[in-house]
Amino acid sequence: MEQVMTNTMGFPILSSLIFLPVIGAVVLLLLNRTNENLIKWVALLFSVGTFLVSLPLFSTFDKTTHAMQFVERHAWIPSWNINYYLGLDGISILFVLLSTLVAILCVLISWNSVKMKVKEFFISILIVESAMIGVFCSLDFFLFYIFWEAMLIPMYLLIGVWGGPNRVYAAVKFFLYTLVGSVLMLVGIITLYLYAGRTFDILALSKLILPYDMQFWLFWAFFAAFAVKVPMFPVHTWLPDAHTEAPTAGSVILAAILIKMGAYGFLRFSLPMLPEASRAMTPVMIGLSVIAIIYGGVICLAQTDLKRLIAYSSVSHMGFVTLGIFALNVQGMEGGILQMLNHGIVTGGLFLGVGAIYDRTHTRQIADYGGVASVMPVYASIFIVFTLASIGLPATNGFVGEFLILLGGFKASQWAGVLSATGIIIGAGYMLWLYQRVFFMETNQKVAGLSDIGARELAALLPMVVLIFWIGVYPTAFLGFMHESVRHLLERVSDGGVHGVSVAHNVLEILK
Amino acid sequence: MENYLLIPFLPFAAFLINILFGRAVLKEKAHWVSILAVAGSWVVAVMTLRDVLAGKTLNENVYTWILAGDFKVSVGFLIDQLTAIMLIVVTTCSTLIHIYSVGYMHGDNGYYRFFSYLSLFTFCMLMLVMANNFLQLYFGWEGVGLCSYFLIGYYFDKKSASDAGKKAFIVNRFGDFGFGLGIFVIFLNFGTTYYAPVFAQAGSLAAKSYNFLGFDVHLMTLISLLLFCGSIGKSAQMPLHVWLPDAMEGPTPVSALIHAATMVTAGVFLVARCNPIFSQSETALVVVALTGAITSLFAATIALVQNDLKRIIAYSTVSQLGYMFLACGVGAYTAGVFHLYTHAFFKALLFLCAGSVMHAMGGELDIQKMGGLRKYMPVTYVTMLIASLSIAGFPGLAGFFSKDEILWMAYSGSSPVGKIVWASGTLVAFLTAFYSFRLIFLTFHGKFRGTHEQEHHLHESPKAMTIPLMLLCVGAVAAGWVGIPALIGENIGIHNGIAEFMKPVLGHAEGHGTHGEELIVMAVSVVVGFAGIGLAWFMYMLRPDIPGKLTAQFSGVHKVLYNKYYVDELYSAVIIRPTIWTAKNILIGVTDAKVIEAIVNGVPAAIGGVSRQLRKIQTGLMHHYATIMAMGIFIIAALMLMRSW
Repeated sequence: MEQVMTNTMGFPILSSLIFLPVIGAVVLLLLNRTNENLIKWVALLFSVGTFLVSLPLFSTFDKTTHAMQFVERHAWIPSWNINYYLGLDGISILFVLLSTLVAILCVLISWNSVKMKVKEFFISILIVESAMIGVFCSLDFFLFYIFWEAMLIPMYLLIGVWGGPNRVYAAVKFFLYTLVGSVLMLVGIITLYLYAGRTFDILALSKLILPYDMQFWLFWAFFAAFAVKVPMFPVHTWLPDAHTEAPTAGSVILAAILIKMGAYGFLRFSLPMLPEASRAMTPVMIGLSVIAIIYGGVICLAQTDLKRLIAYSSVSHMGFVTLGIFALNVQGMEGGILQMLNHGIVTGGLFLGVGAIYDRTHTRQIADYGGVASVMPVYASIFIVFTLASIGLPATNGFVGEFLILLGGFKASQWAGVLSATGIIIGAGYMLWLYQRVFFMETNQKVAGLSDIGARELAALLPMVVLIFWIGVYPTAFLGFMHESVRHLLERVSDGGVHGVSVAHNVLEILK
Repeated sequence: MENYLLIPFLPFAAFLINILFGRAVLKEKAHWVSILAVAGSWVVAVMTLRDVLAGKTLNENVYTWILAGDFKVSVGFLIDQLTAIMLIVVTTCSTLIHIYSVGYMHGDNGYYRFFSYLSLFTFCMLMLVMANNFLQLYFGWEGVGLCSYFLIGYYFDKKSASDAGKKAFIVNRFGDFGFGLGIFVIFLNFGTTYYAPVFAQAGSLAAKSYNFLGFDVHLMTLISLLLFCGSIGKSAQMPLHVWLPDAMEGPTPVSALIHAATMVTAGVFLVARCNPIFSQSETALVVVALTGAITSLFAATIALVQNDLKRIIAYSTVSQLGYMFLACGVGAYTAGVFHLYTHAFFKALLFLCAGSVMHAMGGELDIQKMGGLRKYMPVTYVTMLIASLSIAGFPGLAGFFSKDEILWMAYSGSSPVGKIVWASGTLVAFLTAFYSFRLIFLTFHGKFRGTHEQEHHLHESPKAMTIPLMLLCVGAVAAGWVGIPALIGENIGIHNGIAEFMKPVLGHAEGHGTHGEELIVMAVSVVVGFAGIGLAWFMYMLRPDIPGKLTAQFSGVHKVLYNKYYVDELYSAVIIRPTIWTAKNILIGVTDAKVIEAIVNGVPAAIGGVSRQLRKIQTGLMHHYATIMAMGIFIIAALMLMRSW
């Protein structure tokens, strides 16, 4: 089967998605910084525009093939065989859509909460958006690396400039942590480039048969970059600090998109390029995932800071994602990919929600809240939806993802399945306790008289609510994208030792 | 039957309307939407029952819910005899309790919120009983749990209420943990989670063993016990019973609907539904029977000494649920479901009467502060008396037939623990009669012991409340007449309708005994029932000084019972506090802070330290550099020489 399909859209849609936010940023640059309203509206216009341009991806994607679609390819630095090479398959497409949506919500939720350097703030958001989309679209390893690193800079600024009191420490920690991992990945990329005969073509590299020793070392080099981003236990400690100190939009981008890139890296690079090593390392990866699920969950039980609690819950939830991916079966992997999306929606939503109330109270301490449901009933109903999705209640997206992951995990290793399933008990414990302390009981003096959320905040929160139920009730609309790509990837992982085509394929050929 | 989708989706539509428009538009008219919807469901349910009685059943998939590889599950519906009975129980109780709530919740701030939760609950419960696969069952299962959480914590500004809601949810998650694993094991062995193919294969896989976590176990026993974990949680059996008494924090109609008549019986429904699997494992059945027997005895003893009106009835519910499991465990699924059905009526009635009493008493719950209420609220008194007679097994009333059926099946069936659970069940029947009438006598008889102000306020409840009481009372009297045992029925020309009706789904358990034995078993249960009532009358009417003396004399026992055997305290000490302690002091305090962060912050610090030292050789003095260069050349030359050797 063809590996790539020509772009049938009639225009370079992926490039448009990558460059529209950049153009927006340039326009913002030219605007007078005192006209904050205009700046906000322009930022909103460009993020909404990018989202609208991305919608045809959802409707025209061909779900019957694993081939790359909407492909664009241009020589970039021919002497090094570097190409500007873009395309999407069933694994990456949903994250592009999520990125374009999240950018809008970030603009909306930051509308009134950012008071200084407004212009630079929205420029950063748009640049981040562009880099996020680039990461998921790249089919050239070099190009991917550029986007991957490019994302760090505006993210570093978002945390370091507009963050909380301890923002500089958190930003530097975030930067160094991810940079160390990325440098090791770069070594890996160059090794692959030289070994494969000077190519950065991801699809070509995904067909290579590498010696096991090489796979082994490359696996850990990639692991350094991806595990930090996920973040997997024990390299998770940057996340609570970054999340806690980041402004709301920064937390949302971190939770919804940035930490998905680690898991995406495993799917796009580690598994198809290093299939034998991935198989061999499965016990380690599953073990670390299970630890993350339980460790991240139990730690939440003792948190006193709203954002820190949700940050640690991300460690637990991302443990589910890596468990699903390294279960190396259909249910686990599809569940894992869906859960990446789900976590983006739910945790993104939780941070949006926390941001909305933080704007009113300027405190993150859970003890400063209580009885919010009495003063902000609409907000409380939306937040309970996020809470329930986070603990995987059926009919929300969290259930579909967690169920498939646990089923796949149980299939791969019963112990992993059983231990991870305790995560659903712990999850209910900390999330409901959080909800109780913030929304129930007697109204705390500090929240008395707060106004309920307004139309702008509602517009930022409702898309997530809709997605939660949409995926929960009719997941086929989303799982359908990935069936073929996941099947193809799993074939590659299981037959990775055989040259070119799968054993099953050969057998079929002979039978014919 | 074509309109069966209306049964769950009418209440769902009512939920949507109320939650979206209740606060701004409907306000104190919110009940109309919910009541019309649930009444509509009831009408369709009755028509469905008629069709099922005529022999029609249905098993239909609506759309594919989740598809991943070879895992596929639909939103689908199964309507058979068991579903039909459950539909009637759920929609009847729900409709009456909806109507009652109009009076009970009148003037409450969250009126629309209350009715939208009730509608959502009804929807989830109906989805649960109508599912044709395990995953949709799980959907309904968690959904009713969620509504229970919302409704227990309905008065969410009260800490105790929000604590109780949270507790119910989390305790249930422990059970669901096993339930979920059960679904995994079913899928991995049967390749599907639809009931029909699973139950069809149960027989052929009966002897299969399965490696679970390194142990070879009997597959059917494993699946049964994992599923039963879910039942233990949902139906508040030991050791997960702790949430139900606390659930009484919710408004009383909720206690009646969710925590007596419908949701808590879902565990029994699950066992009955999965009877083709449970029947393949004698071990599992014995576990079910003993869990039921122990729980029913345990809860009944606690109920003896409680003073909180609703908690007595709550423990009574735990106890009666144990009875139903006892029945399923001896293979008499029909008897279990029969008791589920009669219990729904008399227990819902007991709760609604309790609500009526609370209404009159201004929210007072301590029966020691009541007394003599029958003068003021005759309808409540008579209906509650009948409900208590029914639960005590007064001959001819609903509870009598179902309880008798269970005891006879336990006594005469082939279960290895049959005689033991029969004996314990008979003892429980005595205790049940005693505490039920202790409640009646303390509440309605004697002199009023509350404040003058309370006495001044005593009144019968409004019609919206008393009419549902009277209608449920009809059920508490007559619901059992569909299951009159052959022993009596033969003489008066009625046959045991429910046993025949349920036979296609639940099979038919045969008792092995003579008519004489059956008569004796029945007589014993009647006698102990009367003995319980008599003892209560003796202790609380004739000699009211005795209870105090007994309490004083057996203060240790009383204390243990009054404090519910200290199970909550045990869980707090063994599970909750150690977990949070570990999180605080080990995970945050040591692993994250001292180990990982030490490395993370330590490596840059170390690099910084080393470079500070290295910086010292950058002296800027030419002769230092020359010396170092010379040393370098010397070392390189030496190394090259060594290599060439």
